[in-house]
Amino acid sequence: MHDLLTGLFFWIALGVFLIGVLARLIMYFRGLSWQLDRVAYTSHPGAGFKGAVRSIYKWLIPFGTYGWRTQPFITIVFFGFHIGAVLIPLFLLGHNLFLQEKLGISFFTLNPCFADILTWTVVISAFFLILRRLVLPEVRIMTTLYDYFILGVAIAPFVTGLFARYQVGDYSFWLNMHIFCGEILLIAIPFTKLSHVFLFFASRAQLGMDFGIKRGGMKGTKMAW
Amino acid sequence: MPEGKFCNKKPIDTAEGINELLSDTSGNNYYQEMKELDIDSDLLWKTIQNTCKSRTKTWLEICAHCGMCAESCFLYQVNGRDPKQVPAYKIQSTLGEIIKRKGKVDNQFMRDTMETAWSKCTCCNRCGTYCPHGIDTGIMFSYLRGLLYQQGFVPWELKIGAGMHRVYRAQMDVTDEDFVDTFEWMVEEYEDDYPGLTVPVDVENADIMYTVNAREVKHYPEDLAEAAILFHMAGENWTVPSKGWEQTSLAMFAGDWAACKMQVESVYEAMERLKPARMIGTECGHAHRATVIEGPYWAGRKNGQPPAESIHYVEWLAEALNTGKLKIDPSKRIKELVTLQDSCNYIRNHGLKKATRDIIKHIVEPGYFVEMSPNKEHNYCCGGGGGFNGIGLFRKQRNIALLTKRDQILATGAKLVLAPCHNCWDAIRDLEEEYEIGIRWSFLKPIVIKMLVIPEHLKPEE
Repeated sequence: MHDLLTGLFFWIALGVFLIGVLARLIMYFRGLSWQLDRVAYTSHPGAGFKGAVRSIYKWLIPFGTYGWRTQPFITIVFFGFHIGAVLIPLFLLGHNLFLQEKLGISFFTLNPCFADILTWTVVISAFFLILRRLVLPEVRIMTTLYDYFILGVAIAPFVTGLFARYQVGDYSFWLNMHIFCGEILLIAIPFTKLSHVFLFFASRAQLGMDFGIKRGGMKGTKMAW
Repeated sequence: MPEGKFCNKKPIDTAEGINELLSDTSGNNYYQEMKELDIDSDLLWKTIQNTCKSRTKTWLEICAHCGMCAESCFLYQVNGRDPKQVPAYKIQSTLGEIIKRKGKVDNQFMRDTMETAWSKCTCCNRCGTYCPHGIDTGIMFSYLRGLLYQQGFVPWELKIGAGMHRVYRAQMDVTDEDFVDTFEWMVEEYEDDYPGLTVPVDVENADIMYTVNAREVKHYPEDLAEAAILFHMAGENWTVPSKGWEQTSLAMFAGDWAACKMQVESVYEAMERLKPARMIGTECGHAHRATVIEGPYWAGRKNGQPPAESIHYVEWLAEALNTGKLKIDPSKRIKELVTLQDSCNYIRNHGLKKATRDIIKHIVEPGYFVEMSPNKEHNYCCGGGGGFNGIGLFRKQRNIALLTKRDQILATGAKLVLAPCHNCWDAIRDLEEEYEIGIRWSFLKPIVIKMLVIPEHLKPEE
């Protein structure tokens, strides 16, 4: 089982993820229409680029925007979740060893103690994200089972990873479950709401171009996000 | 009943059609007939397939249902934080549903959607600046209004308004002759006080082509005279077109995109005919948005720019004051607490916050200007934007919406509100009528005229 998960399944998951992401990004940008969106994307590439970059990086900074600052609780929970969710898959020691073996590449490695903290932060933040959905009326009204499913798919690799990390019960079972959940996550990303992993950048870039070109950028006013 | 006599899917293209619809007082029969109006689901779905592309589809898809947009919406705040007023919920339960059901929706659904599209969103676009994913619900509501208009589910006044643009190329039944005559008459009225005051009509290659809001012609003609006086005092070489003088677009509020194109093209034709160096529009927010920001796209101009450089009145006024073309007598500056209403349409949506504040520096004694909170691009809608002011059916909801602005103004302690936007001006007038908080409100033109230093050679002979 372990060989299958780290062999064929791994390659399928990675392939689906990479091709899926690339295809959807291409489809997104090809589907932008200057006339329907009413943004002259190609006529003012400089202004558009500046607006896009600004719109992305401002929102990547915790408390970097009015939106983040006005709602500190969700901001802390949100970044608590997403910082770990991005860093752990890429920079955990075990993941790097695996990538080295499979692809011959490896990235910077996180301090194991810090990695533990990040992982726990992801799981605890996910708990608060669920709690928010249950408790706050303005979130509950829109929440569907699908939202919980997506959150489940997203945190399953972290929860199973922790079980394996602390060797709760059968280590090899949890390790296999962890790999399986990770692969499911990779496959789900291009086809579900998890596509925001990359479409966040596309959508933010689009609105940034809108403000950079049409809504004040070319008047010399940078949007005060 | 598929198509009613008053309420149907056909746009109004004739003066008779407008009069007929106007004869149906308050749209009573119109809204009765709407209850029976059929939905052309095939057309609706086909239109969506042709026009709902990756931006909107992605917005609807990746919305995380996180609710962060809730607090950004003044209508959510002012309606007791009703979860049904959360921007994401409002759009997902209307446009999102129509798409999910591939256009197969019933009459009741469409009428509910109309209520949401015109009474729960003013297209102020504030939520778009508070969404981590950059989802601009205001833009989607504008798109949704277009779909509703196509199916005949549009508030009575806006159906008439769009028809006015189709027939008169103006938001009211003001003809080109009415416009020129009224402008000339108003200028004559002020000639004695301002010797040499004229209204140059159809002058080619002028520095400025001035465009207005039709209701100035019909209801507030002094505004035309004030514009002429200020251009005169500044020594500007200006003109007005006898055709293509109307800058507003109720068609934009209605979602009648074909009429938007007709209207804005009439102004662009005037620009092409008269070849002015610049076009300047009056103190109106949505007019600027329609003609300068969105208009180029309706007219199919790929660079997103009108044929001549086009600026808002506040940009011209700031420039005239900064360069000394207009001089203010410091002793006549405003010496009472005064606040400023930032119009969504040209502040949030065109970045002109500096121009208005430059003007303030010239006309208000230091220490007397109080910002609203929040302000600039984060200011709240006046409460009557996006057509909300003019819809009788939703007057109750509109009056609740005004409470946000009322409380913002009260918090400044100012009794005078500068409102360089027709829609905001109306909303603030209405909130005073409704809630009587003892404030005054004004456009910039009359305020500036009162404090001008009149150059010697322009003074009337004693």
